[in-house]
Amino acid sequence: MRAKDAVGRYGEDVAVRHVLALGWTLLDRNWRCREGELDLVALDGRELVAVEVKTRRSERFGPPSLAVTPEKLARLRRLTAQWLAAHDVHPDSVRIDVLAIVVPPRGAAQVDHLVGVV
Amino acid sequence: MLLGRTRSVCLVGLSGYVVDVEAHLAPSLPAFTLVGLPDTALAEARDRVRAAVTSSGLAWPNRRITVNLSPAALPKAGSAFDVAIAVAILAGAGLVAPDAASAAVHLGELGLDGRLRPVRGVLPAVAAAVAAGLPRVVVPAANAAEARLVPGADVVGVHSLAEIAARYGADVDVPDSEPVPAIVPAVAPAESPDLADVIGQDAARHCLEVAAAGGHHLLMVGPPGVGKTMLAARLPGLLPDLDEAAAVEVTAVHSLAGVFDPAGGLIRRPPFENPHHTATPASVVGGGSGMPRPGAASRAHRGVLFLDEAPEFQTAVLQTLRQPLEHGEVTIHRSAGIARYPARFQLVLAANPCPCGNSVGKGLTCTCTAHQRRRYFGKLSGPLLDRVDLQVDVTPARSTDRPGAPTSVVARRVGEARAAAAHRLAGTGWRTNAEVPGGWLRSRLGPDRRLVRELDQSVDRGTLSLRGVDRVLRVAWTLADLQGHDAPTAKDIGEALNLRTRGQGA
Repeated sequence: MRAKDAVGRYGEDVAVRHVLALGWTLLDRNWRCREGELDLVALDGRELVAVEVKTRRSERFGPPSLAVTPEKLARLRRLTAQWLAAHDVHPDSVRIDVLAIVVPPRGAAQVDHLVGVV
Repeated sequence: MLLGRTRSVCLVGLSGYVVDVEAHLAPSLPAFTLVGLPDTALAEARDRVRAAVTSSGLAWPNRRITVNLSPAALPKAGSAFDVAIAVAILAGAGLVAPDAASAAVHLGELGLDGRLRPVRGVLPAVAAAVAAGLPRVVVPAANAAEARLVPGADVVGVHSLAEIAARYGADVDVPDSEPVPAIVPAVAPAESPDLADVIGQDAARHCLEVAAAGGHHLLMVGPPGVGKTMLAARLPGLLPDLDEAAAVEVTAVHSLAGVFDPAGGLIRRPPFENPHHTATPASVVGGGSGMPRPGAASRAHRGVLFLDEAPEFQTAVLQTLRQPLEHGEVTIHRSAGIARYPARFQLVLAANPCPCGNSVGKGLTCTCTAHQRRRYFGKLSGPLLDRVDLQVDVTPARSTDRPGAPTSVVARRVGEARAAAAHRLAGTGWRTNAEVPGGWLRSRLGPDRRLVRELDQSVDRGTLSLRGVDRVLRVAWTLADLQGHDAPTAKDIGEALNLRTRGQGA
């Protein structure tokens, strides 16, 4: 299971670089509570964005974004609400993004940024 | 925001509506929704289209795809939208040229392997597209022959989705797959049998000739085995070929009913429908859940609807025939909408004289009670029988009887009589004597009341209604056409009266 976790970890590093390159303010990373984990929390201007990072090594079993199921989206919404309750941040609006990252054996990772999936 | 669009055709009854198929690809989690009132078969298009696109070697766009079939309020049914949905998505994803995709109308069902499968009702659908100013239609190769029957259509028959994509500029290999064969109806239309097969029965044969010449409805009454069914089956052979407009109409109905073999081109011979007496009203006039399909009455449009053992039919079936007999079309209301199908058929009824069938002549061997006999025929009486111009008794043949004239000879006489009638009725919109209203008939007879004296007497005696007079006159005109007379003679009228009343006079 080590290799799988390493891929996920690498994907999150890619995601952080991607988010920072967009000029967002990174607020939190791998925030955990009893229900689960938020990969990234960032501010895009006055909007709070909870980012789910999904990484795969190939698209042979479908794109990474296909693994974000409706149940997972529902959990992300609840987690975002809990994050807001736990922190003193008051954004104008809140949205959830998905970063679908494919890490091929060679070459740079491909990032597919899906904005406002909920 | 990515948008792809193309066109397809939705059939409501025989009328087609051009449907805009739009695909919107949003950069969001992969999903596929289909809106615009699809039925179950159409909603399943989502799974077929996805499999077909990936099987064709094209990349399925991982986007939130919304496909809309516009006008969204018109209920749509069937699998014929598959190809248009796939093309709209490919255009939205930028895999094919959007202009080429939106310029054409697409019809066809997709297999999971990306091949195009034939669909029903291509002829009326293509005709609707051409009428809407969209002559370019892409259809499954198996339907191409049928689509080309529509004048003015620019038909492209294709085998697979990859072939369409390659046509529209996609970078994809077209597989050399085996084409999907056309659906050939199980029952091939048999050649109409020849009238020379019928031994004797001169009176009934003459009656059949009159029916064919004037387009009159016909009732034959006789014991079992005298050849009523044989005679009825030979009526379509006596009728002339369908004209262009009628051929398109008839072919469209048969295409929609799924009983049309496009190999032979348009249906040019009058169809013959012979429903069994256990038929339900829905099977005779059309029906089914959702969008109703045409029934036997519509499949017999411009041809012959033959009800063998007519009194054995359910009363409801016989009653439902009254609307098409009156208006030449059936209107069926179902949840998915109202369908209108043409149903201008020539009705031929065959009946036994009583339930046991032996009540002919003196009826000595008949075992039926008077009450049974009355009940048996009571089913036919009333408004239905009132519309049947020719009512004859068919009596058993004798051993000395000889075969009569063959179909070709009688058909020529019928053709000449029909030509005479058409010449007289030119400019009126009617084609056969059976369609002409009574007032027009009477006015054409002129002031000579001697001709119709016998009819007037019958009316005064109360044995013939005024409508009955009109019917007798119609048959008399047909007899005159057959004899080459300019107008019915007293003899024609007398004979017509005889043919109308099963030889019992009035």
